[in-house]
Amino acid sequence: MEKLAELLQYIFSGLTNGAIYALIGLGFSIIFNATAIINFAQGEFVMLGALVVIAFSALGLSLPLALVLAVAAVTVMGLAFERLAIRPARDATAISLIIITVGGGVLIKGLAMLLWGKDAYTLPPFSGQEPLTLAGATILPQSLWIMALTLLLVVGLEAFLHFTILGKAMRAASYNPVAARLVGIRVSQMVQFSFGLSAALGAAAGVLIAPITMGVYDMGTMLGLKGFCAAVIGGLGSIFGVVLGGLLLGVAEALASGLVSSGYRDAVAFLILLLVLFFRPQGLIGRRPLRSS
Amino acid sequence: MQRGVMTVGGKGISLLLGLILALGGLLSGPAQAAEIVIGGLFSITGPQSYLGEPERNTLEMAVAEINAKGGINGNKVKAVIYDDEGDANKARLNASKLIDKDKVIAIIGPSLTPTSMAIIDITQPAKIPLISCAAGVNITSPVQERPFVFKTAQTGQMAVARIYQYLQKKDIKKIAIITVSSSFGVSGKDQLVAQAAKAGLEIVAQEVFGEKDTDMTPQLTKIRTTPAQAVICWGTGPAPAIVAKNMKQLGLTIPLIQSHGAASKKFIEYAGDAAEGIILPAGKIAVYRDLPDSDPQKSVIKNYVEKYEAKFKTPVSGFGGYAYDAFNLLMHAVGKAGTDGTKIAQELQKIQNFPGVSGVFNLSPEDHNGLGPDAFVMVKIEKGEWKLVE
Amino acid sequence: MARYQRWLQAGVFYLLVALSGSLLPGTYYVTLLNLIGLHIIIVLGLNLLMGYAGQISLGHAAFFGLGAYTSGILTATYKVDPLLALLAGLLLSTLVAVIVGIPALKLKGYYLAMATLGFGIIVAIAFQQMDWLTGGPSGFMGIPPFRFLGWRFQTPAAKFFLVWALVGLILFLSLNIVDSRIGRALRAIHDSETAALAMGVDAQRLKLLIFVVSALYASLAGSLLAHTVNFIAPSSFGFMFSIKLVTMVVVGGMASIWGSLLGAAVLTVLPELLAVFHDLEVVIFGLILMVVMIFLPRGLVRGLLDLWELRRRKKQGR
Repeated sequence: MEKLAELLQYIFSGLTNGAIYALIGLGFSIIFNATAIINFAQGEFVMLGALVVIAFSALGLSLPLALVLAVAAVTVMGLAFERLAIRPARDATAISLIIITVGGGVLIKGLAMLLWGKDAYTLPPFSGQEPLTLAGATILPQSLWIMALTLLLVVGLEAFLHFTILGKAMRAASYNPVAARLVGIRVSQMVQFSFGLSAALGAAAGVLIAPITMGVYDMGTMLGLKGFCAAVIGGLGSIFGVVLGGLLLGVAEALASGLVSSGYRDAVAFLILLLVLFFRPQGLIGRRPLRSS
Repeated sequence: MQRGVMTVGGKGISLLLGLILALGGLLSGPAQAAEIVIGGLFSITGPQSYLGEPERNTLEMAVAEINAKGGINGNKVKAVIYDDEGDANKARLNASKLIDKDKVIAIIGPSLTPTSMAIIDITQPAKIPLISCAAGVNITSPVQERPFVFKTAQTGQMAVARIYQYLQKKDIKKIAIITVSSSFGVSGKDQLVAQAAKAGLEIVAQEVFGEKDTDMTPQLTKIRTTPAQAVICWGTGPAPAIVAKNMKQLGLTIPLIQSHGAASKKFIEYAGDAAEGIILPAGKIAVYRDLPDSDPQKSVIKNYVEKYEAKFKTPVSGFGGYAYDAFNLLMHAVGKAGTDGTKIAQELQKIQNFPGVSGVFNLSPEDHNGLGPDAFVMVKIEKGEWKLVE
Repeated sequence: MARYQRWLQAGVFYLLVALSGSLLPGTYYVTLLNLIGLHIIIVLGLNLLMGYAGQISLGHAAFFGLGAYTSGILTATYKVDPLLALLAGLLLSTLVAVIVGIPALKLKGYYLAMATLGFGIIVAIAFQQMDWLTGGPSGFMGIPPFRFLGWRFQTPAAKFFLVWALVGLILFLSLNIVDSRIGRALRAIHDSETAALAMGVDAQRLKLLIFVVSALYASLAGSLLAHTVNFIAPSSFGFMFSIKLVTMVVVGGMASIWGSLLGAAVLTVLPELLAVFHDLEVVIFGLILMVVMIFLPRGLVRGLLDLWELRRRKKQGR
């Protein structure tokens, strides 16, 4: 019984983090599918989401309003990032583009440091501090918020990509840009849109996790890398795969640091990444291998 | 093809030559004559910026303060401050720049143990006194080999001794430790383990966490399964506050003892309600208002805190105090010895009963830190304020 | 003719090294130039991989670290001869590169990039956590100077000559690799792997070979770092440094050996020049990185030459 409660505790912890990794991973996946770029600035949008919502709520806005505005603001930043940094270099090789995102990440992080300073900021949880007890394990209400809203976002994303014209156009542009252009889809617009969408997902992750982790200018880098692992583990091409990858990663980390050694917690994510790359390179759920351009 | 390579190659060499010449420009510009130039080297950006930033601010403030009083021996003081970003190679580069280009007479910093260790073999042969702001015991020992190296931060050794004294009084026998994977946390862990047996304590769980980790419930869940009677957490920045929050979430009610790395107002802000009841060893700066007026440190700390908070509009931390003490010790020595490195070092190790922010310094040729365990007091967080524990 | 030019280049290079080595005052220059030299060695290898074999590695800092820690630990803790320790580092790096490289290079696309990213971070964590061996985050101290045939490279000047003699060696080795059959085969793969295969080029073996060579370069640079700075800490071998190395290659220009020299030099010196901007430094660094990549995607050398060419043509047109 005691052992069960212990295990359950690890799983709660893992699912909470895993949901966040999944959201970040989806951001990677969307941009990768649209452009074959690994967007190393992705983690910085998470940081921006967290810090902007904290700033809005400090201005006295109600929490729901602050949340929505923060995600919207970061989405605009994502669109601007594409317009200012990616589009002017669209003829560059993918390697150059990846380095541009690295530079962009450094720049965003630096600006956040100038704007917010180096201290962390706190945000009250969405509802209550009192942990709930379930079979001997405890879980914060915020963790439930994270899981529920992640689920909602994933379902929404899936519906958007499959049932709206815009979503269908995005998918078409990513499967076959030339054919998409022939049927009248503006591929460059779809690419910009993919950056906006990823920034929104990243910001949502930041907004959700801020009450637990606090917001600080350098929180994005490691979260971004974990999200990247989640995306590759699950399979960059599949939404369901990325979510599964994220949750799996979160739980594996929690189990490893609880049952094996907490020192190698961060190594777990990358170890799984290597194993997946070596033995199932298309990812656990990936239906098609990564594009080879 | 071959021709193309040659043209580019020729240009490459000339570009390289140009670069070397451009570097020459970096080194020019001698310092003005009647100016005493000291160097500052801190981790102002990077993961340990919470140390470097207050240290930089403090040094700038202290220099302005002394110049407003007319400088030292009639000479103005100037501080050249560089950022090492917490990286050993950067620290070496900047240390040699301070010595070669800026012609400093002494260096204050670096903020971290590894960056301090990295530059010792640059400052030591150059006979430039180095007053480190980092905690590691190894920085100033063996002292015979490092006559020019000093430090002002309290060592983890003293903090652990203080904590164990307290635990013995409370009759606690079994403890769990959870430490951060940084030089601060590792040296804390080493001291906790080394001193446990002598204090009659058994360490029943040893866990670690990363500096930027945001969830320590797995480690604490594991600790919950052990018979530990108290948890000791060794970390800096937001992470130890998350440990406190996670313990509350898990309903882990055994006492939580933090290190002096959590002795800042920020920690209380980060941990919120979870900060209540936490016990930790702190420099006297945390509770200076409660100190008796007879305490020699009280007026020094009061002066520092009031000036710092007025100037930077942000709560003071003990970290800036390391730079403040280093500067004052250095100026004391320079006042007596002038600007010669060897003489400054000799004068520094003569300093006795020098009240600073971090403690009362009693330096000697054998001890280049000069602080004892009494540099720490045990404090408890009550209603968001530090209270002295008798 | 070509051979004669190569010797001429070598002569000019070593003359420059000898001149600057004997003229530079103090240790700052030497420390900076040594760092540039070490970065050049790694970047030359990485450029062979990226520019000629068309693969990215986001974990080369790990090989740099493997070399540094192997040399440091063997010479300081176990009193092994520095040259043997250096060779041990090379051996270890070869082994690791083969293990990581074989599965990753089988696949097309960015698999090597992803695999090396994960591998690099794991190695960095190991340096931190294996504190009984590596000294952990506090760093590893007391590495003796390099010894070779009774020479001890202890003074800053001696270290400078050691590093730059090897930079020269690696530079001319790389130029020869590029001009050799291997280089031509690599270019063929880069242009069209299928065509190269049809011509009987074993693409996969060649890619692996180049990956191992680039790992060896990095490991060599790591060993040299250990012996020139006497102190190493895990923070020097993290993910961000791997990214910085890739950036050096691209800024210098892919598939440009001489550009690598410039890329490594510029990106090592740039933060020094930007230090006057204090906290703005990182912002400006990020901005410069983006601007260079956007406007000179072929790298600094080629990009500037292109611009120059363009202007000249315009003038002639008038």
